[in-house]
Amino acid sequence: MRYEAPTTSKEAATLMANAKGKAFVLAGGTDLLVRLKSGAIDPDLIVDIKRIEATQSISRTANGFRIGAAVSGAAMGNHSALTKAWPGVVEATNLIGSDQIQGRCTMAGNMCNASPAADSVPALVAASAKVAIVGPNGRRSVAAENVATGPGKTSLAKGEFVEAITLPKRAPRSADAYLRFIPRTEMDIAVVSAGINLTISAAGVITKARVALGAVAATVLLVPKAARAIIGTKLDDKALAKLAAACEAACKPINDMRGTIEFRTDVAGVLGRRAAKIAYQRAGGK
Amino acid sequence: MAHDTSFTNQEFKIIGTRPERPDGVDKVTGRARYGADASAPGQLIARILRSPHAHATIRKIDTSKAEKLKGVKAVLTSKDLPDLTNGNQGNFDILENCMARDRALYDGHAVAAVAAIDEDTAKKALKLIKVDYKILPHVTDVDLAMQDDAPIVQPRIRHNDAPSNIAQVSEFGHGDVDEGFEKADVIIEKSYKTEQTHQGYIEPHACLATVGPDGQGELWVTTQGHYTFRNICASLLGMELAKLKVTSSEIGGGFGGKTHVWMEPVALALSRKVNRPVKLVMSRNEVFRASGPTCSTSVDVKIGAKKNGTITAASATLRYQDGPFPAIWGMLGAMTSWACYDLKNVKSKAYDVLVNRPKVAAYRAPSAPMAAFAVESTIDLVAAEIGMDPVEFRIKNAAKKGTRASYGPTYGPIGIGPTLQAVKKHPHMRAKLGPNQGRGMACGFWFNFGGQTCTDLNIGVDGTINLTIGTVDVGGSRASMSLIAAEELGIPYDQIKCNVADTSSLGHNDTTEGSRGTFSSGMATIFAARDAIKVMCERAAKEWEIDVKDVEWKDGSAVAKGVRNSNLAPMTLKEIAAKSGATGGPIAGHNEVVADGAGVSFASHICDVEVDPETGGTKVIRYTVIQDAGKAIHPDYVEGQFQGGAAQGIGWALNEEYVYGEDGRLQNPSFLDYRMPVCSDLPSIDTEILEIPNPDHPYGIRGVGETSIVPPLAAVGNAVSMAAGVRMNHVPMSPPRILKAIKEKQAQG
Amino acid sequence: MAGVHVSTTINGDATEFVCHPAETLLDVLRDRLGLTGSKEGCGTGDCGACSVTVDGQLVCSCLVLGAEVSGATVDTIEGMAVGNKLHPLQERFIEHAALQCGVCTPGFLVAGKALLDRNPNPTEEEIRYALAGNLCRCTGYDKIVTAVSAAAKDVRKQQNRKKR
Repeated sequence: MRYEAPTTSKEAATLMANAKGKAFVLAGGTDLLVRLKSGAIDPDLIVDIKRIEATQSISRTANGFRIGAAVSGAAMGNHSALTKAWPGVVEATNLIGSDQIQGRCTMAGNMCNASPAADSVPALVAASAKVAIVGPNGRRSVAAENVATGPGKTSLAKGEFVEAITLPKRAPRSADAYLRFIPRTEMDIAVVSAGINLTISAAGVITKARVALGAVAATVLLVPKAARAIIGTKLDDKALAKLAAACEAACKPINDMRGTIEFRTDVAGVLGRRAAKIAYQRAGGK
Repeated sequence: MAHDTSFTNQEFKIIGTRPERPDGVDKVTGRARYGADASAPGQLIARILRSPHAHATIRKIDTSKAEKLKGVKAVLTSKDLPDLTNGNQGNFDILENCMARDRALYDGHAVAAVAAIDEDTAKKALKLIKVDYKILPHVTDVDLAMQDDAPIVQPRIRHNDAPSNIAQVSEFGHGDVDEGFEKADVIIEKSYKTEQTHQGYIEPHACLATVGPDGQGELWVTTQGHYTFRNICASLLGMELAKLKVTSSEIGGGFGGKTHVWMEPVALALSRKVNRPVKLVMSRNEVFRASGPTCSTSVDVKIGAKKNGTITAASATLRYQDGPFPAIWGMLGAMTSWACYDLKNVKSKAYDVLVNRPKVAAYRAPSAPMAAFAVESTIDLVAAEIGMDPVEFRIKNAAKKGTRASYGPTYGPIGIGPTLQAVKKHPHMRAKLGPNQGRGMACGFWFNFGGQTCTDLNIGVDGTINLTIGTVDVGGSRASMSLIAAEELGIPYDQIKCNVADTSSLGHNDTTEGSRGTFSSGMATIFAARDAIKVMCERAAKEWEIDVKDVEWKDGSAVAKGVRNSNLAPMTLKEIAAKSGATGGPIAGHNEVVADGAGVSFASHICDVEVDPETGGTKVIRYTVIQDAGKAIHPDYVEGQFQGGAAQGIGWALNEEYVYGEDGRLQNPSFLDYRMPVCSDLPSIDTEILEIPNPDHPYGIRGVGETSIVPPLAAVGNAVSMAAGVRMNHVPMSPPRILKAIKEKQAQG
Repeated sequence: MAGVHVSTTINGDATEFVCHPAETLLDVLRDRLGLTGSKEGCGTGDCGACSVTVDGQLVCSCLVLGAEVSGATVDTIEGMAVGNKLHPLQERFIEHAALQCGVCTPGFLVAGKALLDRNPNPTEEEIRYALAGNLCRCTGYDKIVTAVSAAAKDVRKQQNRKKR
């Protein structure tokens, strides 16, 4: 096995594209090293992207935020402007593991590991995040919901890697929230999760909304019906009930050692309601 | 063995204070050495190949490719481990568990081992070993294993004249339960199930083994009993006891799981095969699959009581799985079930059942928590049915001095009544509860054990003392032993240095289990100190030229008694020690004892929980442990045992379980999905130490380490019942199970 | 597999080693450098017994490759005491009996120090959540939280003294 730490994206893409055998990207390593040690993967090449300047920082542009692929959860949590604009995305990422894991884990890695229960992804999908991908044929931008294609699988081609994740410009009176259910208070993989992003009018009516559910299907589910249930409302009980029902109806969960189908379905509706309330309050709704 | 009971009036000067432990600095600086922290020049790294099947015949193992891999020095299968057990079935079972012979009996069962120059090579070598398995039907559930058509785990086991997985049936009790139930106004009958849990010690099994061509060997190992490990390893490998020196490393948690060998004989055998040190460390995955978790169980309880609260009859049927080898865990469950209560008519019947899961080992008060969950939950149900307060109901029926215990003996003075009275008075019982919160309490019991022990006490010429014990220190007992020696000798605590000897340096000591460490080594330390005091008094008497009968030991000095000796100033230990070379040589005390009369220890716990009614998410928000310690030698460490046991019980109650698939494989052999409590899951755990002295110990000590894990399952269950209005009969009470129960109750309207 | 040559700083000392590309920082510390204070409890980042800091950031060393710390500063439990002087956390852990078997203690001390370095006045809840990545099976965490609170007081006192 070889370890390389290139200093430019082009170098990294070239290494990945030309690799004979299996090549893997290393950012935080909190998923990769676990798979490596368990024997689940047997890499020929590991490309550490942390020394590439384009992956290292959070920057604010006219079009929103750009978060480099190597930026850790801890660094995101320490960024006050990002936390203020996107509390849901930040809290989702900050829920991954312990403080030790937070010092290393990244949204990009979380997304590309493509676990159906990844914490950052429902929030990123609800936020309409875009993923900047670099490959041997240049750059492309992909919607967050189109990266994972199934458990452990992504739409990235050989030689491609994620350089950054961008969040769009924030409209006024907008906020997001992320909730997950875990049996303990920390350290568990989400049994079911919900990410909600919304914008409200000056009168407190929801004008835009996106609802995404995690851990209830092979990939994160965007649930337009749940969003429609609350758009045009002030999030009264009837709207919340419709939202919950839409979330439950959209679920395609499995039975596994973390949860049953019934449990995940029930709790998806509960978390949808609760996350919507939090996002609404954060956006200024009463 | 009765002792001078004047201790009950004794004012202890040093016992009961809270000095710092001797191994503290080493442990906070990373200097302390645990099982995997030792290395030897030229050492090989060993790894074990494990069966991926729950039950399979091993037709053939081809190790030829592995043996040829560059860097591999030895490969081992059961062919290299001849049966030297001479018909001793227990030892044969241990041998077979360390290395499968003709069958793999569980997912994770060792089938081969390699020793190579590094871990990478060892891992590659394992991949080159070809095992030809014939998969057999398996059974992992205790109830299914008892059915007539269940796959048979051990063909030699028979029950009712047919091959069976029922290895043993035991019964305890007295009186006539049928008659007792006739007399009852109220009868509650209920069934319960508890899933398998693991002790969860943070340090995996690890050892460094060296055996030379002359048959002499050394083993550095994390263990709760280095003498027991020596005896077993030597026996299985045909080595002589005196020539196998076993040194206990610092131990990173055991709780009963490190009282058995799991892989140490394999490490020694590899080393012997190739004459090089062999280091063998289990991964966490292996710890879960191939060490010794506790039983999963299925228990039926029936209690009958009069309207005035007197229990007229109590019976329990218990089904405990032992893994693939017969053991006594069910029997222990039957013995502990009714121990808290004074019952005229009581019966417990237990089945020890074999399944295709790892061999069960002791886990802190083994077998008691599951039985207590069933009994203490039902006690609450009976109290509710009668309309009596659950604490008062227990007080009315609590065992006391003179009670004939359900498992046989008659109790001396015991703590169950006092702990219940303390519960009543405790401020926790009056704390206000908020919405979705509930409170429960439960009682627990453990026997505690004595056992073989010996101790050396050597006095240096400067008056400082080496106290050498043979019980492994799992939680601070070196400090407690030093306190005891200091108390006996009447000298400051810090004049004593306590060490755990290796097997070559001290006689046999039984394992640190059964809460016997402080009790037994403490007893031996007291007598060793008194032995040394005798010698010192003789030295003083000789120097003073008086009769030794006129010399007594007081406040750390030899004192000449009597008016005619009043001109003789007391001789301190330091002074006597300084002269020892000239007065007869080094001064020492020694004691060997089979410590007997370990006192039973009772506890009552109070638990508050909050249950989210929409998700079943449950959190313990307040917890109190009240337990009888007999005499608390070092109160900090007694509290620590109370809190640690309670935390394990809470994890067991809420989230910990082994999950097996249809294929008989363990699905969650990691800390990610075997969910032990983390720091944010728990509240502060309040403790109250009661002291009802044990008349069979010179200081009144009772074992304390185990009882604390017994009440939490039911305490949590009773609290959940109040918080969410549902009675849980399946442990762990994980959120999906609680939510299901809540929804079922809602559906019933 | 060709080895990777790494130059780094460990507990303030310039350190060089050669390791396999797939070797973790934990393996390097324990098996190549003899620094066995950091423990392997699980190897998957779930127990925190291997906690160290890399460039001041608390991490699980079992999830960092040895190759990654080239040019970085690594601090382990062995570097926590300054000469003869124990860190307040180390002293308070002993004083409050915050350890029983002690195997998780190095991880807790490193994580506790990382907490107090960024927040010297944590509430009980903040302490419990900051230490959620460190498993202890012996103590039930109660005395650990007490010890960290007590050490936090010491750290605040030290900081106030420095300010004057």
